[in-house]
Amino acid sequence: MAENVRPRVKAPRQASAGDSVTIKTLISHPMESGQRKDSDGNTIPRSIIHRFTCEFNGEMVVDVTMEPAISTNPYFEFDAVVPEAGDFKFTWYDDDGDVYEDTSSVVMA
Amino acid sequence: MRKTTAITALLSAGAITAGAAYAEPVEDTLVVNGEIEMTTWTEPSETVEGKLLELISGWHFRGTETRAMQADDFDNSGMIFVQDAKDAWNTVEGDAGKSCSSCHEDVAGSMKGVRAVYPKWNEDAEEVRTLEMQVNACRTENMEAEPLGYTSTDMTSMVALISSVSRGMPVDVATDGPVSETWEAGKELYYTRTGQLELSCANCHEDNYGRMIRADHLSQGHINGFPVYRLKNTKLNSVHDRFKGCIRDTRAETFAPGSPEFVALELYVASRGNGLSVEGPSVRN
Repeated sequence: MAENVRPRVKAPRQASAGDSVTIKTLISHPMESGQRKDSDGNTIPRSIIHRFTCEFNGEMVVDVTMEPAISTNPYFEFDAVVPEAGDFKFTWYDDDGDVYEDTSSVVMA
Repeated sequence: MRKTTAITALLSAGAITAGAAYAEPVEDTLVVNGEIEMTTWTEPSETVEGKLLELISGWHFRGTETRAMQADDFDNSGMIFVQDAKDAWNTVEGDAGKSCSSCHEDVAGSMKGVRAVYPKWNEDAEEVRTLEMQVNACRTENMEAEPLGYTSTDMTSMVALISSVSRGMPVDVATDGPVSETWEAGKELYYTRTGQLELSCANCHEDNYGRMIRADHLSQGHINGFPVYRLKNTKLNSVHDRFKGCIRDTRAETFAPGSPEFVALELYVASRGNGLSVEGPSVRN
């Protein structure tokens, strides 16, 4: 069980229809690769976030598969076109079955 | 992303092609979140008068991407720890049934300016206290809780939270009066060569800042940006941990974090940076 996992999103609250906006996301997570050993020589089990998605009003914007080589606190920055007012929904899927969610609403300027 | 000027880019490109072991600190200005204007390059403090021509924050010695990370709280990974500490600030711990906020209420109001003047003299205890010592004094005396480890993540995060609300304010630690003895002891340590490599703090950070020590770009070694989020270990690093690392690199036995020697050194080094803005939590490599 990963501790202190906290999703963070930075997205504009206002846009014009058809605007391309920049979205930044970061989730604090240790992203334990499963390759390391502890001081007793035992393998530390893998514990990473293996999938990240962003949807806008139910439509998929990005769907990312993440692998163990990705560093601590994975950060994604991407552009998305906003066709209408609505909600961005962000979802992170943890190896341990936890799902973390965040949303960000956009209104038309 | 912040843009460096074309001139800066040309200058650094020139330095690289010349193969010189000297890389000037980059000229740039730091404005955090588009609102907190930082003083990162200024007149020498009283402590370094005659020793340094100007005070330059370590921020100027780092790469374009690293500098940009610090300019926005979202990109600054140190703020993750600040967020954790905000929760801890309101969490009741210890037998007295108190949290930090029970006495100090809102951290942004009550702690503004605090980081800038530490380490400082504590009248009741008659000792020089670092911010870490003060946090633990509060915990043990007022909250009746267990003290935190001096360089533990919980402690360093709390110091980062307290520091974050003073960002932009000039470092202004006192060097005279009751602290003068400790300050002198710190100065002595700063100029004492240690280890098999026989290096003092001054050999690198006063005589050779701007030069490369192998792959690392030597800064003036100010501590206005502590706690520092370092990309190399993806966590917040406290001042005393940094001192320990530096002294270890001279191949010497180091002092312990929280020891009187390091407290004295912290006071002296902090006073060298008097006039630079409080930056913590800053981002370095």
